[in-house]
Amino acid sequence: MGKPVHSILSKNFIADNDRTDWHDETLFMVRKKRDYASNQIPEWETLRQWASQIKAHTLSNLDHYLTVFEKNANANGIQVHWAANAMEHNEIIYGIIKQTGISSMVKSKSMLTEECHLNEYLQDKGIQVTDTDLGEWIIQLRKEHPSHIVLPAIHLKKQDVSDTFHQHIQTEKNNNDPKYLTTAARHHLRNIFIKSKLAITGVNFAIAETGGIVICTNEGNADMGVHGAAVHIACMGIEKIIPETLHLSIFLRLLARSATGQAITTYSSHFTSPRKGQQMHIVIVDNGRTRLLGNNNFRNSLKCIRCAACFNTCPVYRKTGGHSYHSIVAGPIGSILNPNTDIKANADLPFACTLCGSCSNVCPVKIDIHNQLWIWRQQISKEGYAGKTKSLSMKMMAYILSHPNVYRFSGNVFRMTLKYFPLIIKNKLNPWYRQREMPEAPKKSFRQWYIQKQKSEFKKQHIKKDS
Amino acid sequence: MNSRSNILKKIAENKPASESLPVLRFDDTIHYADKQAQFITALQNVAAEVLEISGYAAINTLYKNLQAAGKKIINTIPEIDDLNNQLPSLSAENLAGVEIAFIKGLVAVAENGAVWVTEEQMQNRLLPFICEHLYLVIERENIVDTMHQAYQKIDTASSGFGVFIAGPSKTADIEQSLVIGAHGPKKTTIIIIN
Repeated sequence: MGKPVHSILSKNFIADNDRTDWHDETLFMVRKKRDYASNQIPEWETLRQWASQIKAHTLSNLDHYLTVFEKNANANGIQVHWAANAMEHNEIIYGIIKQTGISSMVKSKSMLTEECHLNEYLQDKGIQVTDTDLGEWIIQLRKEHPSHIVLPAIHLKKQDVSDTFHQHIQTEKNNNDPKYLTTAARHHLRNIFIKSKLAITGVNFAIAETGGIVICTNEGNADMGVHGAAVHIACMGIEKIIPETLHLSIFLRLLARSATGQAITTYSSHFTSPRKGQQMHIVIVDNGRTRLLGNNNFRNSLKCIRCAACFNTCPVYRKTGGHSYHSIVAGPIGSILNPNTDIKANADLPFACTLCGSCSNVCPVKIDIHNQLWIWRQQISKEGYAGKTKSLSMKMMAYILSHPNVYRFSGNVFRMTLKYFPLIIKNKLNPWYRQREMPEAPKKSFRQWYIQKQKSEFKKQHIKKDS
Repeated sequence: MNSRSNILKKIAENKPASESLPVLRFDDTIHYADKQAQFITALQNVAAEVLEISGYAAINTLYKNLQAAGKKIINTIPEIDDLNNQLPSLSAENLAGVEIAFIKGLVAVAENGAVWVTEEQMQNRLLPFICEHLYLVIERENIVDTMHQAYQKIDTASSGFGVFIAGPSKTADIEQSLVIGAHGPKKTTIIIIN
């Protein structure tokens, strides 16, 4: 089996035209909701600027804020752990679980635990974690990965969910009413919530000033899990820190509006200390982030608050689906983050982009996403990971463009071919033609047209003078 | 070297030159001519129900009627009824059948319909999430314009747990169809005391 490549994987996705169109249109609807919500706020651009600057300040003092956070969290009775990589993150969590002897547990949405493949790790140890975000639970039952960081099951249609629920929790066959299916999930998961004694969550924001964390959900699943549990384990990347509580007001105004067009998520829960008698742990994870911090080109990607606005606006993401990115974090931001972890395996991702720049325009923390993708392309090509066809065609193009005579000659050949032998280009063996229509070939090149025009102008003027 | 010092060392080596924090001018952000009207609009947008009421006497009548109808209610507001001393220690199993909860909110946010509730008001952290129908009581003078004013009014560090609640729990994870009542309350009513 060859290594997964975006252009090949997306073929599976676009094989079903109706589904591709539905995916494209639905995500663009979410993008439009974001536009509407942000337009209600006259100071929207100021908020983006502030958020970006607060993140830049925090990243430039990250060691300071992490130690302040740790000190305050400890004072609140929270145990803080540090993990250099995914393996250590998983081992720490397994260690806590083993110590408590708890066997039933729930997890709310955490892209970090996905990044570290925690579920698979614990499963190998014989421990079953139930994902409780509805979308995450659906894909867990189907043994899939999220295709979107905010809408994990957006690649599925309601009939898929109906089939999955019928198989696993015996809902009526072919009843695909979203309300019916959601209610069935609510009843099933409520029993699991009530029995679970350990809850694993992600972290949206960690506040250095208070040593507390904030978790945002619409479903209430993080709170249903944590407040009933004897042990709460929260997992966060080092970049989740913000300095002060007051800064939360900016990020919470931006997050949900950018993500789904809501003014705020239903729940913005502030956990400052464990409940009486409860154990609370926070695992702080590096897993390649400090390397990103040291890179001038890509450091800004650590500002990301995982709203997925860049996914929803991206024409490539909308038309190819999240699974084509063969990574836990898909979309434009994922195409920056993944080559940092493994440049060879993810060399194709920065090329799955039209460089249209829409992602950078909607990013609530003003990450220059398309620019970073362009820089990755150059680095990937320079380091020889771009693939032979791409490198060869780029070299050919560079040669043609830097030799005017060759350029003129090949232009003429191309126009003639398109005019007299169109099937040489318009055939399914040419990968460029598969999803594109070729333009009508112009009769002459711009240069030929310009020279002729100059000649006739010259003639006209001289004829006038002569007469 | 352990991971803690290793990570901190790497950050110290890799971090860029210090960048300054922006000057935040929260006074220049949006202000609503009628905060209460905007708050009610925002509540309608998050599918919450709104009751404007004259005072606690009226809430008391509502509460008594619900009790008379045989609903399983937990009240946490002293102005409405006596409190249940056992509430803080009740488990998820104990609270599983609660139909209605009354909790007081401290601050309400006009821009988004969120109401701030802390552990002191809810008394049991699970209560606002596990009940089927949540009533949040807010006094009209505690409605502020945006999250900026809300955070200036509250002290998140003074309680172990606090939450902004904006409407009933919801999900759109199946084909982006909005369904009210995901894992938390299926209904949230905000009572504004005028």
